[in-house]
Amino acid sequence: MLSLALPKRSWAHKLPASVKFGVLAVLMVGLMQFGTLTGQLIGLALAAGLTLSLGLTASKIALQALRPVLWIVAVIVIWHFWQREFSQGAVFGIRVVAMVGLANFVTLTTPLPEIIALVERLAQPIRHFGLSPRLPALAVGLVLRFIPELRARYAAMTDAWRARSPRRPRTKLVAPLAFSLLDDADHLAEALRARGGIAPLPTRRDQHGT
Amino acid sequence: MERNLTLITVFAALIVVLGLVPAIPLGFGVPITLQSLGVMLAGAVLGSWRGALAVLLVQGLVALGLPVLAGGRGGLGIFVGPTAGFLIGWLPAAFVTGFIVERIRALPVAVAAGIGSVLGGIGVLYALGIVGFWLFKNAGMGPEDTPMSLWTATLIMAPFIPGDLVKAVLAGMIARTIARYRPSALIARA
Repeated sequence: MLSLALPKRSWAHKLPASVKFGVLAVLMVGLMQFGTLTGQLIGLALAAGLTLSLGLTASKIALQALRPVLWIVAVIVIWHFWQREFSQGAVFGIRVVAMVGLANFVTLTTPLPEIIALVERLAQPIRHFGLSPRLPALAVGLVLRFIPELRARYAAMTDAWRARSPRRPRTKLVAPLAFSLLDDADHLAEALRARGGIAPLPTRRDQHGT
Repeated sequence: MERNLTLITVFAALIVVLGLVPAIPLGFGVPITLQSLGVMLAGAVLGSWRGALAVLLVQGLVALGLPVLAGGRGGLGIFVGPTAGFLIGWLPAAFVTGFIVERIRALPVAVAAGIGSVLGGIGVLYALGIVGFWLFKNAGMGPEDTPMSLWTATLIMAPFIPGDLVKAVLAGMIARTIARYRPSALIARA
């Protein structure tokens, strides 16, 4: 599974992840306050300027990342223009592109290990609930390892179905896939326990196992 | 403890993989993927807390910038866009679905999981998704602008509901299959 982060280093890669996430949060709140075209255009200019500073290839990737929100922008802008509320349609469209563009900028310039380190730092308080702060990172690692495995299994099951039936499997394979998942969960849990489990620190209470 | 973690992990992976299954196009270009079926199943099979945590893990992967949503989408942009309410709404959706399967034990699994999926995976999800979209749309408006009504926002999202109703029925049927062949696997009722 590939992260959406750009592999090539840029100036923005050097900034600490916490700074980028913090500034982004402030900008998001700010952009929601402005209903004026000027306010939104400043946001758009910022998003476009930052993205372009990463180079042309990176800008192309950033444009592609905008695609999923474009349908809803199109629906709303067309609806507003049909109602002859041109400025409202423009404010909405520009706001979506500016906000999503800024957020994608952070995603594109923050490598996965840095974000996971940030998650681990932010997860420190869960120590108070008797959980290891490394738990979120462990879960992310496990699920990333498991996704390609599950994809391959689903593909193999689809092939087996096609070899036997002229019809399409549609959703008939979800239940058998779920059975195999439940087995995996048991095996994985055993393997984790064999490696010492996921408790934060061994305490006297846990020594006899729970 | 370890088993809770691994169950949450494998169902998070299931939600991701169901998003990769080819979408079924529905009429006027509105695509359907099975990803929301995964959310309903996580709640129906794992129960409220574990189901919600599996969804939280997927949301975490999205925030980390991994392309785990249907169509290879991901990244922080999804959380700040106009459809952010639908992504965030998955969490209470899975929780409510699981809660209903846990609590209404008098009903057969298929019915409880189906009702849970309709209330959680559609009712709660669309309520949050539509309100999120409506808030986003009307944020920062001046006094001279006419805000969009909640009703209009609902109409814009309505084309997706029939497909999700089909998925709620499927979730009920799949939960029944799991409960029938391996009763212990339906942790929501274990």
